[in-house]
Amino acid sequence: MRKLVTSVLAGVGLALACGTSVRAQDKELTIFWAEWDPANYLQELVNDYTAETGVKVTVQTTPWPDFQTKAFTEFNAHGDAYDLVVGDSQWLGAGSTQGHYVDLTDFFNKHKLNDVMAPATIKYYAEYPGGSSKYWAIPLEGDAIGWSYRKDWFEDPKEKEAFKAKYGYDLAVPTTYAQLRDIAEFFYRPDQKRYGVAIYTDNSYDAMAMGVESAIFSYGGDLGDYATYKVDGITNSKEAAAGLDMYKQLYKFTPPGWGKTFFVEDNQAITGGLAAMSMNFFAFFPPLVNKATNPYADVTGFFANPAGPDGKRFAALGGQGISVISYSKNKDEAMKFLEWFIKDETQKKWAELGGYTCSQAVLKSEAFQNATPYNKAFYDTMFMVKDFWATPEYAEVLDQLNQNIYPFVVGGKGTAQEALDKTAADWKATFTKYNRYK
Amino acid sequence: MASVALTNLDPASRAAARGWSDLTIRNLFIIPTLVFLIVFNIFPLIYSLGYSFTNFAANRAEPWQFVGLQNYRELLSDDHIWSNFVITAKYVIVSVAGQMIVGFGLALLLNRSFPMKGLITTLLLLPMMMSAAVVGLFWQLLYSPSWGPINYVFRLGDFAWLSNPDSALYAVAITDIWMWSPFVMLLSLAGLSAVPQHLYEAAAIDRAGWWYTFTRITLPLVSPILLIALIFRTMEAFKTFDIAYTMTTQPTAELIAIRLYKQAFQQWDTGKSCALAYIVLIMVLAITNLYVKYLNKVKER
Repeated sequence: MRKLVTSVLAGVGLALACGTSVRAQDKELTIFWAEWDPANYLQELVNDYTAETGVKVTVQTTPWPDFQTKAFTEFNAHGDAYDLVVGDSQWLGAGSTQGHYVDLTDFFNKHKLNDVMAPATIKYYAEYPGGSSKYWAIPLEGDAIGWSYRKDWFEDPKEKEAFKAKYGYDLAVPTTYAQLRDIAEFFYRPDQKRYGVAIYTDNSYDAMAMGVESAIFSYGGDLGDYATYKVDGITNSKEAAAGLDMYKQLYKFTPPGWGKTFFVEDNQAITGGLAAMSMNFFAFFPPLVNKATNPYADVTGFFANPAGPDGKRFAALGGQGISVISYSKNKDEAMKFLEWFIKDETQKKWAELGGYTCSQAVLKSEAFQNATPYNKAFYDTMFMVKDFWATPEYAEVLDQLNQNIYPFVVGGKGTAQEALDKTAADWKATFTKYNRYK
Repeated sequence: MASVALTNLDPASRAAARGWSDLTIRNLFIIPTLVFLIVFNIFPLIYSLGYSFTNFAANRAEPWQFVGLQNYRELLSDDHIWSNFVITAKYVIVSVAGQMIVGFGLALLLNRSFPMKGLITTLLLLPMMMSAAVVGLFWQLLYSPSWGPINYVFRLGDFAWLSNPDSALYAVAITDIWMWSPFVMLLSLAGLSAVPQHLYEAAAIDRAGWWYTFTRITLPLVSPILLIALIFRTMEAFKTFDIAYTMTTQPTAELIAIRLYKQAFQQWDTGKSCALAYIVLIMVLAITNLYVKYLNKVKER
């Protein structure tokens, strides 16, 4: 009996000892992001970090529509399931003011990241409030709205001739929204199952807002004054209404049933041979140059968001920065990871894997700009981007915009001016409720 | 409770051998359920009632304040919310009426002997066994104007069921009818098979016509169970979220449950969303109560 007890105790002791030693070695970091290709590239990248340091890094993902809800549910519960989050730029306000994100200002200054990362990415992915020089994220994935198009349709001599006869100028990559509209109208041939353009219309998160604001910005409009929260006369300016009206005009030339579309559908419009041009974030373009996923890969081209009537040219900013979550139990380890992530060689590898680095040096390099057919358009776009509100109540503001513009664009109800007047009134009420006009 | 008679334990049973009384066994079964109900149902219900009188937002660190009936006042004077209620009412009427007609019709057809009756009944029950989100995604494909079979079969060309603000809600309701008619069919079949056969025989002897037999014998005897189906389906239709959420983002198809979800988990307006949940709860209770009263009247007849 004594022998039995001794051997059991020895066994338990051994198991405990092994367990402890395994735990000591097993440092782990979990990064939370949305489910898309760049998250897979990031997992590949961080495997190198694991090989170098022995710290296991897992990129955990969730589908885009749930991304915000799941992240904020975890933040609000002060949960430590994730150590880092690659959060949307609009989350900065809520993340910083509500204590979900660790202040990275010292880290930023120590590593002089203002000189390392592209200016727009610092302004929109890292700094909050705007101009405060307080930083909450490291720009990780640069992204913006761009366009893909069917080069073979554009270069077809018969099409070129017919286009010139109808519109009086050559069929080419559009440099203005007016040209984009003409081309969309020209290729809109439902009887041939061929359509002009694919745009974002999903209003369950920010898809449609990103598409609409790209047009509004290029038309010289703005969503408001982000510093003073002034919206009257800005959100509903004539320029903004003209931009929204243009978006509505483009909707007329989309494939049928285009009322709930985001990146999947817009890429399908090209891979399925449905549309002449398709809007999408640059991060979703890799499948379009892959013959396995796009039978028209050889004849798919890319261009940056076109200009408005006055030559102003902007695009909606996508992309995300990586932040350390304040409730994480591995904050020190997370900071060490960020130090590794900002190294030049890591950023170079990140770009090679398909990630959209925000490092100025890598972005400017010839190697990056020639790496894919769309990298040049991406580089051009990253210097003309504007973003949505990043205020803590941005989700409410986004919902109000969706509620007002969707019935106009997709449902054909009212006018662009009415939709934006209502939006300005709703936003003013919301900002008043949150005491933004002190 | 006084009317519940407890049967005595079999003296040879294991429970009896352990010295357990029938009361102990009854408690062993009831207490876990009660604890579960109190912890996960009653407590959150009362807690959320408290929140509905505050400006509490789950994503904010600032302390919340008591705002009295302000959330209820704002909600009941919000045009968007009223429009969501109107949409939900339209949806409930179309969807539940459709389910009752299709479900009861199918039950009448199945209430006779024919080859492979069991297999056909089982196959007809399949839709309600599927996940609502899967059904939503599946029907989204069926409705697709580019490659969906519905437009092809009915020769509707490019008609965009889900992108058209006038048809989106009805497209969702048709999907709900497809999914839940089998439930009404199942209950109706149970009711129909319980109608005493001798009543039909007597009617046949009196040379009563089909319509007379149906309205004077079948319908009155099946109506209590039909009303139960109606209560269940109305409550469920009022709360519909998943099918509609996966199928369309049309504001004309934004049911109250979707608005509630957006308010609670996208805008994090926790206090106000609790108030909205209570308004919905009161409405569902009121409608159910009306039905139950009518059901009792029918039973009394």
